[in-house]
Amino acid sequence: MAIIVQSPSPSLPPPANTTGLMGWMRQNLFSTVGNSLLTVVLFVGIVSLLIPLVQWAFIDADWVGTTRDDCKSGGACWVFVNVHFQQFMYGLYPEAERWRVSLVAVILVITLAALMIPKIPGKKYIGIFALFFFPIVAFYLLVGNRFGLPHVETNLWGGLMLTLVIAIVGIVAALPLGILLALGRRSKMPIVRSVCIAFIEIWRGVPLITVLFMSSVMLPLFLPEGMDFDKLLRALVGITLFQSAYMAEVIRGGLQAIPKGQYEAASALGLNYWQSMYKVILPQALKMVIPGIVNTFISLFKDTSLVLIIGLFDLLAIVQAAFSNPKWLGFAVEGYVFAALVFWIFCFSMSRYSQHLEHKLRTTH
Amino acid sequence: MEQEKNPIAITLREVNKWYGEFHVLKNLNLDVSRGERIVICGPSGSGKSTMIRCINRLEEHQKGQIIVDGIELNNDIKNIDQIRREVGMVFQHFNLFPHLTVLENCCLAPMWVRKIPRKEAEATAMEYLERVKIPHQAKKFPGQLSGGQQQRVAIARSLCMKPRIMLFDEPTSALDPEMIKEVLDTMIELAESGMTMLCVTHEMGFAKTVADRVIFMDGGEIIEMNPPDEFFNHPQHERTQLFLSQILAH
Repeated sequence: MAIIVQSPSPSLPPPANTTGLMGWMRQNLFSTVGNSLLTVVLFVGIVSLLIPLVQWAFIDADWVGTTRDDCKSGGACWVFVNVHFQQFMYGLYPEAERWRVSLVAVILVITLAALMIPKIPGKKYIGIFALFFFPIVAFYLLVGNRFGLPHVETNLWGGLMLTLVIAIVGIVAALPLGILLALGRRSKMPIVRSVCIAFIEIWRGVPLITVLFMSSVMLPLFLPEGMDFDKLLRALVGITLFQSAYMAEVIRGGLQAIPKGQYEAASALGLNYWQSMYKVILPQALKMVIPGIVNTFISLFKDTSLVLIIGLFDLLAIVQAAFSNPKWLGFAVEGYVFAALVFWIFCFSMSRYSQHLEHKLRTTH
Repeated sequence: MEQEKNPIAITLREVNKWYGEFHVLKNLNLDVSRGERIVICGPSGSGKSTMIRCINRLEEHQKGQIIVDGIELNNDIKNIDQIRREVGMVFQHFNLFPHLTVLENCCLAPMWVRKIPRKEAEATAMEYLERVKIPHQAKKFPGQLSGGQQQRVAIARSLCMKPRIMLFDEPTSALDPEMIKEVLDTMIELAESGMTMLCVTHEMGFAKTVADRVIFMDGGEIIEMNPPDEFFNHPQHERTQLFLSQILAH
């Protein structure tokens, strides 16, 4: 039988019961008897868990006050967080100097916003400021000892501020180092390659706690007498090197996924090694492993709380110190919930931004 | 401009190459004059791609001499870079840079290798995109174009470096039949402009139209090399006859 179409068939709308809220629910929640049952059971389960949580955290909670005696209603005692809030943010940073920390935070937020909002022009210059000038400004503001600012020792730093300092320095330093290590591991030069492999495998094979202990306890043993450098600095170096090894492996995965033809096309056009890496290979490889890179960033951010064991008071450590105070004994739950919430906000933001970035950089249909 | 006067664009002398134990290229000898168009054909695995990939050193030959534009290819990176600047290459799978727009693909090498300012590079790129008939796609990404369009962009990208020699490595093999013609037309136009071209291809129509010489390779050797008339009408070697009867039969 021969078929000859005279004119293209018109497009028809989909059947009514497959679209809209009812359609969606029928398809996804109540498609069979078993699925309907499952939906109801899970719904009941979630609600019965949420009600007491909301009751504890909001309805029965105490928000204002100055001492533990203000918490009488039996719910969460947010007074505890309220009273210690400054301490959670700044640690033991002298009260009179806290404006310096806030100023750094404000500059940072403005710079990041300017970098992330697509409409703002001059990204190149903002980027240069963020990478090269901001660290200098932040360093002198936070450490002081120059420009008439009193010196603030790093052992007074603490709370969220310390967490952010460690996380941001770690992230900013580990990424380029990781890129270099990943390239080195794929290098044709045997010595460069062996050094990179050894570096990556040694750091990856050691727990971060060990690294931190070694940096704070062992390193001074090897240094000549009288030579001592800052505990925070040592922790920063340790965390950066540790995370750069992980970063290197994530990026290497991306490099390996780039087809050989891309390298060949770049060489055939006359681009040298660094040019083809910078303009052709890395932009594609990094884009491909954004989820992995952000994963490493997030784990780095959370790992900062390990500095507690070498006597640095990050957010978690300072919260723990606060509820160990005899005057506030018994508010561990509130403290942990608060710390968890702060960590979650930062990590979730990173995760969302990475998804946005992935979407923005997509260049196919 | 000593090189301009040199009538020989490419010389291969006793070129040999091995992949481990496997002898891929056996004693190749070839002189390509400036402006000459050469088509290379042969069964798969005959070493034809490997041969042209040796000319811009995507592959390394192990014995013999390759002289391109008066410069001998050896381990000196400076020489390799200099030759790659003058030799354009078009690949079977296009190998466009997917993260860059069509225009950026074309401007990348002129700006970074030749240090040409962006404005000028973009003007040149538009000129060549015009020539391959896709100027209106300049702002799109390669992934948004058809295979034939991508291959024409790849040709324009190579031409933006103003190469003296163009190498084509099976440029139409990955294309749908209806797109082969648009790419071949672009290549014919390029051939008519006097570009020195080496094409590995199975498009015998193209060979008949533009080639000055057709080379048949098998087992890593040049079996037969003749002008197209001679090559297609009176193939000398029996392997050439067999190959031609197979590909012209369908």
